Amino acid sequence: MTTTTLKAAAATAAKTVSRRAFLQTSTITTGGLMLGVALPGLVSPGDAQAAGLLHTPNAWVHIADDNTITLLSARSEMGQGVYTSMPMLIAEELNVDIRKVKVAIAPPNAKLYGNALLGGPQLTGGSTSVRDGWEKLRIAGAQVREMLISAAATKWNVDRSQLTAANGVVSGPGGKKATYGQLAAAASKLPVPEKVALKDPKDFTIVGKRTKRLDTPAKTNGTAEFGIDVKLPGMVYASLEQCPVIGGTVKSVDSTKAKAMPGVIDVVQIPDGVAIVADTWWHAKKAREGLTIVWDEGAGATLNEKTMLEGIRAGAPADKLIPLKTVGDPDAVIKASAKVVRAEYTMPLLSHSPLEPMNFTAHYHDGKVDLVGPTQWQDAGQGTVAKVLGVKPEDVTLRTTFLGGGFGRRIDIDYIIQAAQISKAVNKPVKLLWTREDDMTHDFYRPQSVHQLAAALGDDGKPTAMTFKMTSQSVTGRVFGLPMEVQDPLMTEAAIAAYEIPATRHDMVKHDAGLRVGYWRSVSHALNAFANESFIDECAAAAGKEPYAYRMSLLGNQPRFANVLKMAADKADWGTPAPAGRFRGIALMEGYDTYMAQVAEISMKDGVPVVHKVTVVADLGRMVNPDTVEAQIQSSIIFGLSAVLYGEINLLNGRVQQTNYHQYQIVRMNEAPAIDITLVPSTEKPGGIGEPATALIGPAVANAMFAATGKRLRKMPFTADNIKAA
Amino acid sequence: MTIRFNVNGKTVDVKAEADTPLLWVIRDEIGLTGTKFGCGMALCGACTVHLDGVPVRSCQTPVSAVAGKKVATIESLSANNTHPLQKAWIAHDVPQCGYCQSGQLMSAAALLKSNKNPSDADIDAAMSGNLCRCGTYGRIKAAIKTAASEMHKA
Repeated sequence: MTTTTLKAAAATAAKTVSRRAFLQTSTITTGGLMLGVALPGLVSPGDAQAAGLLHTPNAWVHIADDNTITLLSARSEMGQGVYTSMPMLIAEELNVDIRKVKVAIAPPNAKLYGNALLGGPQLTGGSTSVRDGWEKLRIAGAQVREMLISAAATKWNVDRSQLTAANGVVSGPGGKKATYGQLAAAASKLPVPEKVALKDPKDFTIVGKRTKRLDTPAKTNGTAEFGIDVKLPGMVYASLEQCPVIGGTVKSVDSTKAKAMPGVIDVVQIPDGVAIVADTWWHAKKAREGLTIVWDEGAGATLNEKTMLEGIRAGAPADKLIPLKTVGDPDAVIKASAKVVRAEYTMPLLSHSPLEPMNFTAHYHDGKVDLVGPTQWQDAGQGTVAKVLGVKPEDVTLRTTFLGGGFGRRIDIDYIIQAAQISKAVNKPVKLLWTREDDMTHDFYRPQSVHQLAAALGDDGKPTAMTFKMTSQSVTGRVFGLPMEVQDPLMTEAAIAAYEIPATRHDMVKHDAGLRVGYWRSVSHALNAFANESFIDECAAAAGKEPYAYRMSLLGNQPRFANVLKMAADKADWGTPAPAGRFRGIALMEGYDTYMAQVAEISMKDGVPVVHKVTVVADLGRMVNPDTVEAQIQSSIIFGLSAVLYGEINLLNGRVQQTNYHQYQIVRMNEAPAIDITLVPSTEKPGGIGEPATALIGPAVANAMFAATGKRLRKMPFTADNIKAA
Repeated sequence: MTIRFNVNGKTVDVKAEADTPLLWVIRDEIGLTGTKFGCGMALCGACTVHLDGVPVRSCQTPVSAVAGKKVATIESLSANNTHPLQKAWIAHDVPQCGYCQSGQLMSAAALLKSNKNPSDADIDAAMSGNLCRCGTYGRIKAAIKTAASEMHKA
């Protein structure tokens, strides 16, 4: 379900992207010897020829004469482990030691590095990296391996069948040996094999094995390069004053005082605000105090989150109701039923707040632009900067550093454009760095949502009919220009739960609440799973049934769902009472082709929940690096829990009220639950794991709170106020 | 004004206004970029360094306050990851995005200096000022315990 709908959206999105002229370049600027690999499914031979790819270097493997092997990751490393997992897939078939390779993040080139699962953009998101790379990267590795073998066969005049490639060396009869580096020049002149044999997964020596991350050493001694650490020769620093109301523009500015402040080199106006450019970042930031700006606050100046939520609930003439799926006539069943359960769930605005504030370094020179920094969307950064600055896309380079967290925020490229505009204005390399306050008040927020659910329960307590209506703002509409009348598949994620109910209707309503919204880790899974998994718990309670057994009774012939649910219940000792004062809640979901169940064990203290333990069972098919899989589950739960316990962005007169971590709290170590993870061995195709656990912690905790207090929490976050009001 | 202090064993003279946060002097003047900026309000701990052996938030420490004192940054633990905490961080594969980890390591290093055998509660108390948006807390805790036991053996 997920993949298909994602693909459909991606197709639409891709069209929109090309309409917007997010241009793609077809040249790679890398030195040294590289081998050519055509990418099945992504680049047709014709395309490749036109782009000159068969003569240029391979997208994925770089072998230097000294046998230094560099494998490229086309995905940004933002903590999720692709800097290791992407090369693992290539190395598995190339037969090189993963500990001995170097890794580089790919330059922008959506033709080579596009994400097929998302319809083509070179975008890191949607828990797609492994799913997109699973075959593609192994084929790329195998092709290079075969080309190296062919080169050795020619060199030694022996049959290919007598040769093996392992550990970076091709070996032949009579003790003949040549390193990949010694063969690379010849190999790169050979045609790329159209068909290559891939290993049987049972023969994998790298993929599926717990593997130490390749980026860890640089992240324990301070040498890992994040965007904030970039330094170019002659670089100056910028701090940008943006309108406190997002979308507002500068009416007038008096920068006299600012210009006289220490270290200030220039004060420049760009569409998003007024930038101070100085010799140090601190000077630039301080000099913002010397600016007097009159803003045209624009349409956003009336926004506050309460009226926005009321608007979502009430609906508006411009709203679009788009049916997702209807089975039978649920309304008639509900109308005729003696026992009906109805509930409404609401979700607040959220900020991403990665720990590294938005930043990028840009150098405009001679009609060209060099960009360096953290981004989740390389070709959008390149293409949009080219368009905005009026240069050719091929004259825009972009180098991706490590990302100090992404979580969806760095899919947006506002700060990249700003850096480029400032650099052009001062004609110098500029590092633009936002403050935390800039970051929290100028995010692309997770949209609010209202869910209205109803179910009829039969004599046996099982639902005989259910209706589900979700109203929210389409992020895909903003990011990709998806038309209002087209279903946004990132709104429908996890909308249809696993449970077998004879008559159902699922409707999605798109409502523009007026604030810019963004993709936030797990996107609508978190919204829809909260509604669905709370509601099924409500139905169980109304039916007088125990919530685990009730769920199980509705799973029918769905072994992957039933298996993770049962395993999670077993692991969490669901069948035996929780220790005194402890209460458990359970939740189940499929997202990103991953099946997952969670049990949260909580107690109540001073009117709020304390989460002690979370038991997770995940069936995500084949895995690349199980240790990273576990790390992502741990991460997702803490990330999700911050939202569950604290997360809420408020607006007053269009101004975001939360400015730093004291007002937008993140779970700290003393609040972090123990997390017990079981991964189901599986030969199914890989599922995504960067996000799904984020979505389940909310309903798991809500259901545990119901067990603890008898109160049903239908509104996040679970703060003392919201709990009291429940 | 010119301020003289010691960074990682070396004496430095920096020219900066007295109220410039130590963080920006370390990063942009001295060029040691391992110490990170996260919040500017001593809320996240990404900028943690040692001042005469005590962990401080360098974003809220004016450079004038460190005159004549000793500052230690992440770069002082070891360049080649030989400090027991760095080894433990690698053994447990603690970092995800990694941005907070310099601060986490410096807070942990200060903890182990004063407490050779920290309990869970000791670790929580010492480390809860350091935010990790990726949620690596469980691994941080495990790695601190591993490092503590390695240091006992040594």
